[in-house]
Amino acid sequence: MSLSRREFLKSSAAASAAAAIGMSVPSELEAAASEAEGGWRWDKAACRFCGTGCGIMMATKNGKIVAVKGDPAAPVNRGLNCIKGYFNAKIMYGADRLTQPLLRVDSNGNFDKKGKFAPVSWERAFDEMEVNIKKALKESGPEGVGVFASGQYTVMEGYAAQKMMKGGFRSNAIDPNARHCMASAVVGFYQTFGVDEPSGCYDDIELTDTVVAWGSNMAEMHPILWSRVTDRKLSDPDRVKVISIQTYTHRTSDLADTEIIFSPNTDTALWNYVAREIVYNNPESIDWDFIKKHIIFAAGPVNIGYGMRRKGEKSLKDGKYSAKEMEIIDKEMKTTVSAKEAPALEPYGYKEGDTMKHTPGTLGHWEISFEEYKKSLAPYTLDYTAKIVKGDPDESIESFKAKLQELADLYIEKDRKVVSFWTMGMNQHTRGTWCNTLSYNVHFLLNKQAKPGNGAFSLTGQPSACGTAREVGTFTHRLPADMMVKNPKHRKIVENKWNVPEGTLNGVGKQHIMAIHRGIEDGLVKFAWVNVCNPYQDSASATHWIKAAREMDNFIVTSDGYPGISAKVSDLILPSAMMYEKWGAYGNAERRTQHWRQQVIPVGDAMSDTWQWVELSKRFTVKDVWGSYAPSGPRKKALPSVIDKAIAMGYTEDTTMFDILFANDTAKSYKLDQNDPIQKGYDNSECYGDSRNVVGSDGKVFEGYGFFIHKYLFEEYAAFTRGHGHDLAPFDVYHKVRGLKWPVVDGKETQWRFNAKYDPYAAKATKESGNSHAFYGTLAKALQHGSLMGKDKASKKTGLKNKAKIFARPYMDPPEMPDAEYPMWLSTGRVLEHWHSGTMTMRVPELYRAVPEALCYMHPQDAKEKDLKQGALCWVESRRGKVKARVETRGRNRPSRGLAYVPWFDEKVFINKVCLDATCPMSKQTDFKKCAVKIYKA
Amino acid sequence: MSENRPEIKKKKREPLSDRRKFILNMARGVGLVTMGGFVWSAYVDEVTASTLLLRPPGAIKEKDFLKTCIKCGLCALACPYDTLLLAKPGDNKPLGTPYFIPRDIPCYMCPDIPCVPVCPTGALDETSVTTDGVLDINIADMGLAIVDDESCIAFWGIQCDACYRACPLLGEAITIEYEKNARTGKHAFMKPIVHSDACTGCGLCERACVTEKPAIFVLPRETAMGKAGDYYIKGWDKEDEKRLENAGEIKTTTEISKQSAMDSLNSGMEDLY
Repeated sequence: MSLSRREFLKSSAAASAAAAIGMSVPSELEAAASEAEGGWRWDKAACRFCGTGCGIMMATKNGKIVAVKGDPAAPVNRGLNCIKGYFNAKIMYGADRLTQPLLRVDSNGNFDKKGKFAPVSWERAFDEMEVNIKKALKESGPEGVGVFASGQYTVMEGYAAQKMMKGGFRSNAIDPNARHCMASAVVGFYQTFGVDEPSGCYDDIELTDTVVAWGSNMAEMHPILWSRVTDRKLSDPDRVKVISIQTYTHRTSDLADTEIIFSPNTDTALWNYVAREIVYNNPESIDWDFIKKHIIFAAGPVNIGYGMRRKGEKSLKDGKYSAKEMEIIDKEMKTTVSAKEAPALEPYGYKEGDTMKHTPGTLGHWEISFEEYKKSLAPYTLDYTAKIVKGDPDESIESFKAKLQELADLYIEKDRKVVSFWTMGMNQHTRGTWCNTLSYNVHFLLNKQAKPGNGAFSLTGQPSACGTAREVGTFTHRLPADMMVKNPKHRKIVENKWNVPEGTLNGVGKQHIMAIHRGIEDGLVKFAWVNVCNPYQDSASATHWIKAAREMDNFIVTSDGYPGISAKVSDLILPSAMMYEKWGAYGNAERRTQHWRQQVIPVGDAMSDTWQWVELSKRFTVKDVWGSYAPSGPRKKALPSVIDKAIAMGYTEDTTMFDILFANDTAKSYKLDQNDPIQKGYDNSECYGDSRNVVGSDGKVFEGYGFFIHKYLFEEYAAFTRGHGHDLAPFDVYHKVRGLKWPVVDGKETQWRFNAKYDPYAAKATKESGNSHAFYGTLAKALQHGSLMGKDKASKKTGLKNKAKIFARPYMDPPEMPDAEYPMWLSTGRVLEHWHSGTMTMRVPELYRAVPEALCYMHPQDAKEKDLKQGALCWVESRRGKVKARVETRGRNRPSRGLAYVPWFDEKVFINKVCLDATCPMSKQTDFKKCAVKIYKA
Repeated sequence: MSENRPEIKKKKREPLSDRRKFILNMARGVGLVTMGGFVWSAYVDEVTASTLLLRPPGAIKEKDFLKTCIKCGLCALACPYDTLLLAKPGDNKPLGTPYFIPRDIPCYMCPDIPCVPVCPTGALDETSVTTDGVLDINIADMGLAIVDDESCIAFWGIQCDACYRACPLLGEAITIEYEKNARTGKHAFMKPIVHSDACTGCGLCERACVTEKPAIFVLPRETAMGKAGDYYIKGWDKEDEKRLENAGEIKTTTEISKQSAMDSLNSGMEDLY
């Protein structure tokens, strides 16, 4: 970009004048001034990593990012960062960055599944994808084309992928890695509020008196938020209490007044204990006025399985699972009620030794009375709870009971504000949805939800798990802005907006991420494309999925910046532009949407995922994708052809999906304009092409789409959100502010949803009633009635507009627990230094040096009994596989006896070979936190 | 918070507390001394004590170490992590003696300290890393970690504490000091603080430090630490009384007092008026 001398004088004068009087300069002007002075340009962006959503500034010099700084104007982090954020400038320039498409070929250059990777042109890459997608559509229908999507997609690329998959291919086999991290929270939100995403925001931290971290190592996983919690604690150390509820001791306990170490999976019992203390022992603490106006009680079936494979599935019949694996998988069909869970299940009609026959997880539930709910809490006496929950065998039961009592007292204490935070501990759980809903129970009973400083708050793991995966809806069952694939009205709204024929969208959305993996193993899914994630490293029972990808007749494509495990097991690898090499937007855990501009031109021939999707759409015409399809996989009915309807709409059989979905008249109305202050001086590789002259998908130099595709995609998506309590601001606004928390109504963001004082939608809904809150989500807002034992099938549905739900849900055992042969619990998770599977952070020398390998953290006594020396190699073995890791008995993570912790970032300590792919049967989120292992000398 | 740090009971032991044992070890190692001395005598003129070298656990005082170490390399051979190096000609370090560079490979503090018992001469003194008859790496004293708080990004407010998390004696040798960040108004600093009574100088912190040149680094304790005189005892700290044991006769001389009183009184008056 060039500045005229006149502009330079103007901008530096403005900057210095503003600085002198302490006024803030609009970022564009500020950036221009810095460039003119120092030969570099500062521009705002968001951090690449976790769901906290810190604001950063990027410095570019000679077309390369050279430095980063925390954005002092960003409300989340006020100029600070954690050490991953500190290295944002270094993540794009690893020595082994992927720079060209790579295809497995034989010696003649033909595709060969067993061949070695060789560079190919973008044109050839799209040729191969086209052929293989057409083959998959022919053999398996739309269900045969799968996408491993991401909570790290930009809003625009997630929307482009969703449009082409659901509108183009009519396939709902697109599901993000966010399934692994947030799905239980999502189903919890839907069940409780009828709509996704949190009521509160990070400002709760400064306003609360009590922070309870449930199964969450916030100190390492959300460091900037943790520093805010720390600040709050320092502000009033006597008043402010921090409670750390974990399965092993870690950094988060350092700040805690009390640490509660619980036995894996028993957090559901712990929540019920707190609720029982309220209902039975402190009934005066219940805010009945609030409950009567805003809450109903509900229950659902408990025999819902554990989200594993079910009897009759092809790969089970084909004997792809060993006898050892089947010991656990058999529990998907039936279990024997254990002594541990029997008291909790007694109100639901089960006793110890009963056989529980499981049917696949259902979201169904019905209304019950308060008395029934109260019955469900009866078992969670202090004695029973302490007995099953205590996680440290070396702690006395008395000390543990005192802590439980203290926890309940803090929640109950009148006028004490409480925030409950959690991330993976409660979500990665075979009863994760239940555990999420149980958290709201306690807050609702006390009227401590959706109020400043009060509330249960689900923290997200990924930078745009909220903004893209959930809000755009890149899940198999979702459409933008909380709409559902299953709902014909919602499909129609989307079809209208997308200008595709009515009936195009496939109404069966059941191919969640594990179903895609399993579908590949069963031979249903023939083509799979990995976008901005690493599913072959991040999924449990990993050996099965890798074997299926490498040895079966299918075609796996990975788009990535670096060669991770997923790239390695693929047939085709596409080099992707990384975050700051494209225009984009992310949405963080507090509903804050943040945009950034393309800072630099991508390396090599890398192109953005948006471009890859849009180029792919050029290869498919109406007749290729919109014909009829026989029943396939989870879809039991035929999908009728919509070609005639398309022709009636003015398309032809040969109109491409590109013309319909991406380069339509609306799209073209978003003009490129170098006088637009948002666009001026910034690269836009998709829209203009760029100085690299990348040879594109048609064998010619790519010269850009000629319209502002990112703005088009964002605005079209945002239109779904507006007027529905999900309102996003205009594209241009986000380039002038440091993010806004939706719903943005009349230019104002919303801090506390559902609260009539703060949320204009709640204000509107309570105008007549004068209620304090309106839980205005619309999903499952009319219920039949019943008891804990079941639904009264003859009962009539009652509407529950603007109400939320308290669910009766028991403690249940997970499907795999330590036994004589596999005597230890294994938990996996993350470390502060590395992001997910480490494809970026393991390439930053400083972070690599800080934590070069994943260690097996265990109690010194356990190590001693197994004759394992500190620092020695051990095998960690489950029924599914084994990995070698170094024993660590000291330092940051200190499990009690009986539990080991191995983080999953390290591809050389491939712990997901060991983990079990059991999921919450309602949310389909894998429980990475629990399986049984034996550990022995290597 | 840092005041919750467990009280450190294991005081660093003065190496060579038992002089007789030292002499015994010398005698035991004499055969090897002869051989080692022969092999290394060619380089003897390069051998000078370095105040910046980090020695293996249990190393006796540098001056004695240089006299006692026979450069046999058994300690380096025993180290499972290849931490220990032997100074080569041209390294400008006392030749053949074992040392380590924590930024490259720190000491991983093996509980069974394989490098020490193999020492044939007592240059690595087993008693200095033994508690109640059991080897105890936690009382080793290879050096002391120092934080440069100007380059340490935790002191800028960045949420780092990589050194803290890397510390095998987390919460003892390094603790985190929490402090409000007045600039942002809602975050806290988490500053690493090294405690000299617990730090072994293993260097895992230096290795983990994410700054370009480490902002936390290990120096030999003698080099790293200052020393307050034994003639002032902290009135508020009972423990500090212990230093009185070393306190002795005080005699002072300054430029102004170097002459005897008589001489100075009888010196000329010309400067006075």
